[in-house]
Amino acid sequence: MSEETPEVSAETSLHIDPYERNWMRLTVVLLVVFATAVTIAGFALGFQVPSPEERVDPRTVAIGDGPFADPGLREYPDGSYDLYIVSQMFSFSPNEVTVRAGSEVTFYVTSIDVQHGFKLQNTNVNMQIVPGQVSKLTVTFDEPGTYDYICTEYCGSAHAQMYGTLTVEK
Amino acid sequence: MLTTPTYELTKSEKSFVSIHLLFAFVALAIGTLFGPLQAFEFSGVDFYPLLEPVIQSYYQGLTLHGVLNALIFTTFFITGFLTLTTIYGLKRPLKYPLLNQIGFWTMVVGLVMAAVPILLNQASVLYTFYPPLKANVFFYFGLTLVVVGSWIEGYGFIFTWREWRKENPGVRTPLMTFGGLITMVMWQLATLGVAVEILTMLIPWALGWIDGVDPQLARTYFWFTGHPLVYFWLLPAYVSWYAMLPKQAGGKLFSDSLARIAFWLFLLLSVPLGFHHQFVDPGVPAGWKYIHAVLTYSVFFPSMITAFTVIASLERAGRARGGKGWLGWIPKLPWNDPSVSAQLLAGILFFFGGIGGITNASYNINLVIHNTAWVSGHFHLTVASAVALSFMGISYWLVPYLRGKRLWSRKWAVIQTWLWFVGMLIFSNAMHVLGLLGAPRRTPLGEAPYIPEEWSGHLLRTSIGGAILMVSAYMFIYNIARTWWSKKLNAGPGELVEIPAAESVHPAQQTPAKLDWWTPWLIGTVALILVAYGPQLIEQIGNIDLSSPGVMP
Repeated sequence: MSEETPEVSAETSLHIDPYERNWMRLTVVLLVVFATAVTIAGFALGFQVPSPEERVDPRTVAIGDGPFADPGLREYPDGSYDLYIVSQMFSFSPNEVTVRAGSEVTFYVTSIDVQHGFKLQNTNVNMQIVPGQVSKLTVTFDEPGTYDYICTEYCGSAHAQMYGTLTVEK
Repeated sequence: MLTTPTYELTKSEKSFVSIHLLFAFVALAIGTLFGPLQAFEFSGVDFYPLLEPVIQSYYQGLTLHGVLNALIFTTFFITGFLTLTTIYGLKRPLKYPLLNQIGFWTMVVGLVMAAVPILLNQASVLYTFYPPLKANVFFYFGLTLVVVGSWIEGYGFIFTWREWRKENPGVRTPLMTFGGLITMVMWQLATLGVAVEILTMLIPWALGWIDGVDPQLARTYFWFTGHPLVYFWLLPAYVSWYAMLPKQAGGKLFSDSLARIAFWLFLLLSVPLGFHHQFVDPGVPAGWKYIHAVLTYSVFFPSMITAFTVIASLERAGRARGGKGWLGWIPKLPWNDPSVSAQLLAGILFFFGGIGGITNASYNINLVIHNTAWVSGHFHLTVASAVALSFMGISYWLVPYLRGKRLWSRKWAVIQTWLWFVGMLIFSNAMHVLGLLGAPRRTPLGEAPYIPEEWSGHLLRTSIGGAILMVSAYMFIYNIARTWWSKKLNAGPGELVEIPAAESVHPAQQTPAKLDWWTPWLIGTVALILVAYGPQLIEQIGNIDLSSPGVMP
């Protein structure tokens, strides 16, 4: 806006009260501590957020040969699973899944219409489901029980009805 | 140096500010109606069937609530209030009053254009309008015009300031004007994201010129604007907290320099951190999310400066009024002034909002609460408390000032601010707890099949809090309406309200001139945005895939 350098008067000084200076130092320390904590949790302990996995065409991803044309569990010899889920207004497919306790499950979720949410209750699995993208997160189930996965993004009139259930057996 | 402590706005200036407020209050009155309806639905009392055929769904009501309260009430109030802080701070009329008139009426046309499709249930896409949920094209045109109108009003402020600068070389820009200018310049940069989203993708798509959209890229554009949007709401409240509240409390601003540093840091840091709203998005690399998480922490710094400076100013005021001991200054503050009590209570609620905000920004911790009721709870502590309750407090002197009236009831107004505080504590606490338990946001939980019985107590608390907030909101509207139109409340000679312009402990002219110099800060701001967003924008635009045809809900 103003192009010319304003004259600097000799009377001016940046006055910062000592208390306020300490407050600002404390703030910086606090923020460095927080940042360190989430960094260690994310990059050393593996609490990670989703990252780009695959681009797909929402119009064709659920037809043809790909894994989303036949969504559901894929079990591997080591006992881990891949779980492919297709979201659409207003259901997840499949909407009932059973895995064994102690198994590691990698979720791959996409949408064939609008945006949805995928939150697996009582776990850290929480993903935005965006048409054209595949959302991926991995979780290990130690405790047997049932876990609902619910749609957490408004997707139309029956959004509140959209959920599925994952059962962890002993 | 700084003389002319009083300046009277002309009649036409007052009516120009007033008409902004009139639109803001009408939007608030209508939009607020739908808040409690959602809260009541949570405990199974659904009034929506009674509203057919006017309002056909929960989501149409929710769209009205978000658009009217979060976008329209705020934008009209802010442009009106900042018109006043520009004129009164600079002690001069607008350079081009017609330009600001054009900006204002552009916003009005946009408001009408967006409101009609919402009322016809052809834009029930909520105020985030995530594609490929599709709205009637006039919804997008309307929002565009509201934003463009606010830009034009901002240009009017900038031209006025430049003229003032020519007339007053070397004088520090008065703080209330300075904060308003920072707000509008930041807004100009920030809204480029949503402007590109709407103009290059949503309007061509809604018109049928292109077959589909790229929803991931649209989210990135949207959140480029979406986070600084909250600072667009918040900074005008900060203008009041820094440049007016100390005077209202009977004291002075503790530090003019640090107030300016905080505003500069908000300009610098508001935009380049939008990916913290997209931590769970599939199409944004984790590394960039992490960088934006750290940048989000950095914007906490000027908020902490604000907390210290504002509280220190209040403490000085309380001690000057006879307050003793560590906390004895607090009860000495003029709590019987509704404008003060509103802003003090707004500040207390914002303390909790700030803690929740740090949680939201914390990268992997965000996984616990993303897209849950926690977020709506947080939002109500920030925009619906720190901002809206402060704006109510400002209105309690601003409307009497503009209309030459006494406030209809100060006592009623003080009670109103406390009801907002109590209602919001109950409502937002319940929403935060529900979010931690896994309740999704923006969902009619009363009809969701997966709700465990244990949640019912918290759902009931949202309804109780919502009911209290509804009473409080309409007490505010009623008080303002009575003041606005009453013929009996004309203020006598000694009763005229003055604009509360706070002096600072060290006169503003002692603040370093560098803190009134725009060029380096603007260069830094643009550079930081390019670093934080450039690579991902190039990548996502380069891989654009318009393959989502979408549906109108």
